Amino acid sequence: MNEELLDMITNKINQLTDEETVTEAKMNFHKPMIILPADKWTLTAAKMLRDDEDLRFDFLTCITGVDYEEHMEVVYNFYSTVHDHYLYVKVTTPREEPSVQSLDPLFKSADYMEREIYDLLGIDFPGHWNLRRIMLDDDWEGHPLRKDYITDKKAMGLD
Amino acid sequence: MELKGFKDTEQYDPRVLEDIEKNVFFTKVDQLKAWSRTRSFWPLTFGLACCAIEMMGTGGARYDFDRFGVIFRASPRHADVMIVAGTVTAKMAPVLRTLYDQMPEPKWVIAMGSCATCGGPYKEAYSVLNGVDRIVPVDVYVSGCPPTPPALIDGVDKLRQKIRAEAKGERVTNG
Repeated sequence: MNEELLDMITNKINQLTDEETVTEAKMNFHKPMIILPADKWTLTAAKMLRDDEDLRFDFLTCITGVDYEEHMEVVYNFYSTVHDHYLYVKVTTPREEPSVQSLDPLFKSADYMEREIYDLLGIDFPGHWNLRRIMLDDDWEGHPLRKDYITDKKAMGLD
Repeated sequence: MELKGFKDTEQYDPRVLEDIEKNVFFTKVDQLKAWSRTRSFWPLTFGLACCAIEMMGTGGARYDFDRFGVIFRASPRHADVMIVAGTVTAKMAPVLRTLYDQMPEPKWVIAMGSCATCGGPYKEAYSVLNGVDRIVPVDVYVSGCPPTPPALIDGVDKLRQKIRAEAKGERVTNG
């Protein structure tokens, strides 16, 4: 059943632009997962996922940012309270000037989670209404969860 | 038995002298104060992370901190011991220092667990203070991650020994 859902999602997203948008589609722990580059991840695609009668992914449960050193990734976890099914969307973005379309206009839960990812990993979310640091000080330099971040605790007065 | 400070004991009535030998002992005011202080520690509850759970367990029915006179207080104005139980982050450090300054003298600090002692597993983390002794003077370090309730009770007992030894004029550097 979940494999059929995966095929359906992949087809629907590819039909939006009439090209191979989805880089990879596979099952992740028996739940559908699609991987696509950041320039193909648009508000239109997210809106389709939310509003399509067969999909209805109305609940954005979690957003995660990952630094893979050669590229960066944002993982969106969707859930449908209507159809009781799940979807993982992995959006890859280059490490130089990482940027992923914000889902804040569609899902209010994206607000704080995207701010946190911006704060700790420095991924830009165009379309976000208030992309400021959320946990670190406003004048903090750098993004501490990046792999190349150098933590000098002596300079910070912590050691 | 020879009573120090009582000279010419033969001038006392022998029956009174017997009572004196049974009931009177001599000490210094400093040592008396130290003794009374060690019997009623009132710690400021500074639970910051998982160590706080062990600290609560020590205060609960099974280990019963109250039997040592250790009664947790919610206000720094009431407290004389601060048990720093948990990870001190960069944002929490100034708050901790303020609360320490608000405690009346005499005051002591127990660093509970490896985070409060030296940063512990967060030694390389960008937001954690490497040991609470960077901002407040620490009297006793309790090792463990987190320390068990017996370890914390032992730490309180170490602080007791330290206060008594210092009242005698000894300099305590470890132990």
